[in-house]
Amino acid sequence: MSNLSEPIKRASAHTRRTGKKSRDLNAISPLSNVIFNIAIGLFALSCIFPFLFIVIISFTDEKTLAINGFKLFPEVWTLDAYRFLMESGQQMAQSFGVTLTVTVVGTALTLYLVTTYAYAISRKNFAQRRFFSFLAFFTMLFSGGLVPSYIVVTQVLHLRDSIWALILPSIMNAFYIIVMRTFFTTTVPDAVIESAKIDGATEFGIYTRIVLPISLPGIATIGLFSTLGFWNDWFNALLYIDNANLIPLQTLLIRIQNNMDFVVQNSSRVVSYDIASTLPTETVRMAMVVLATLPVALAYPFFQKYFIQGLTIGSVKE
Amino acid sequence: MQGIFKSLMKNKAFLLLVLPGAAWFIIFAYLPMFGTIIAFKDFRIHPGGFLESVLKSEWVGFKNFEFLFSTSDAYIITRNTILYNLGLIFLGLVLAVTLAIIMNELLNKRLAKIYQTAMFMPYFLSWVIISYFVFSFLSVEKGVFNQIIMYFGGDPVSWYSETGYWPYFLILLGLWKGAGYGSVVYLAAIAGIDRSYYEAAMIDGATKWKQIRYITLPLLRPLMIILTILAIGGIFRSDFGLFYQVPRDSGALYPVTNVIDTFVYRGLTIMGDTGMSTATGLYQSVVGLILVLLANYAVRKIEKDYAVF
Repeated sequence: MSNLSEPIKRASAHTRRTGKKSRDLNAISPLSNVIFNIAIGLFALSCIFPFLFIVIISFTDEKTLAINGFKLFPEVWTLDAYRFLMESGQQMAQSFGVTLTVTVVGTALTLYLVTTYAYAISRKNFAQRRFFSFLAFFTMLFSGGLVPSYIVVTQVLHLRDSIWALILPSIMNAFYIIVMRTFFTTTVPDAVIESAKIDGATEFGIYTRIVLPISLPGIATIGLFSTLGFWNDWFNALLYIDNANLIPLQTLLIRIQNNMDFVVQNSSRVVSYDIASTLPTETVRMAMVVLATLPVALAYPFFQKYFIQGLTIGSVKE
Repeated sequence: MQGIFKSLMKNKAFLLLVLPGAAWFIIFAYLPMFGTIIAFKDFRIHPGGFLESVLKSEWVGFKNFEFLFSTSDAYIITRNTILYNLGLIFLGLVLAVTLAIIMNELLNKRLAKIYQTAMFMPYFLSWVIISYFVFSFLSVEKGVFNQIIMYFGGDPVSWYSETGYWPYFLILLGLWKGAGYGSVVYLAAIAGIDRSYYEAAMIDGATKWKQIRYITLPLLRPLMIILTILAIGGIFRSDFGLFYQVPRDSGALYPVTNVIDTFVYRGLTIMGDTGMSTATGLYQSVVGLILVLLANYAVRKIEKDYAVF
């Protein structure tokens, strides 16, 4: 075994000599470390590169783009696309407004519905707890499908071309309820609730004054998941909205994929463009993608840990 | 009867709390479930409104299903759905575990955190945004791929019409979008493994690779199995954005991009064939239900605590 004690002897000698703790003996070799760093680094780069590429493209001028194609180092740099959006970007501003409204209202409603529901079914002394748990979780197993849901929203609730069609179908979700319920059961000890009851608090009072304040991290997690979901949603609008004033951001990006008519015809300043040459279609498209993605791209690093929390908590059992 | 009423009154605080959510479930989840009855009818709009239309439409039993399965479409969409999901599930598992293991070994922890944040970005992007990224590469006149091809003297490829490449594109994109997110769970699990196992192994002369093979992987096995089985339970569902937005709804690519979800969507919005679309949706939900129940049963056999119910 003498050759195994060599590294240990060397390490302790190193420590004695320099007074510094040597590195973890079980660590990978520096060479492996470099290789892995490069590999993971490249993959990580591939994750952010597409966005950076689109940003670069958005700062190009349309003519150069038509000649050279999408390039990483464009010949010409210009603010043309953004200038166009400043002048004729009413549709985009409108869509921003729609998305913002839908996200705020939707998230607020989601938080309200999910937390109340999850709290109730987390309480063991709720006699009908099993029924309502099943009610929620069965929806994870079976759904009516797209067509019946579409029919309910349009024919029964008459929500076509209403902003509520963008909000209501997405405010409840069995996954959120699982996460929140787990949060409640693991962070609020029964003892606390019992002592509150002894002190004469009502169930509702316990919920609002004791449980909610402790559960803010869980609420934040659901809030962030919900915000992301609403911000990125394009499907509801695709199904239910024709009115230009109610098109959210992501759906707008879909509409302009093939032509820019939608943006131009909905701008209040009717600017006449010499069709083939000056209307900066491709670059404006990319600029719109950049603007639509920027809030998420800038904000997500700060909220990453909440998403991780939600993920790992969802897999913790009661 | 009196007992039930008394129980309800006693729990009225909870019932009030649960009411809004329950109402939502009934309207948006359970009502549509009853609407699947349309799958068994030849649905036509009657002047009396929606309910009239449902009641007055002719009952055709399984005709819609017969029609659905008589076309080659049913086979194509089912095949596509299942194969793509199998690819994404298994390759995704390998990728997520590999990333987690490597990230855990990196010496510079701050750098590892930076990599992780970067790898998380695709998860936050919508498929619409990603379809624009893809377009910047695959655009026929301007895309990077064709630029490179033409630089070397080749002919530009009409990427959005050539079906051969898309299975690879779609799986790679699906993996790329989910890698960062998927690795998190395994990273958390690895962090929870007792260090002394590794130390003991090292003293016994085990190489890093042996340690991974005999300690890390076996300890991750339950988690891997459970997540995989649960994913298989959802094998009939697809990420709509990936299969609809990224190929830009190109008709030429339908044979390789059409999955059950996109088929139902197109049936509803383009062809207006309510009966068959509903039938397809019902087919999807029923098979999905069976799969999830089987999956949960399998998970319960392996690691009881992890079963969802």
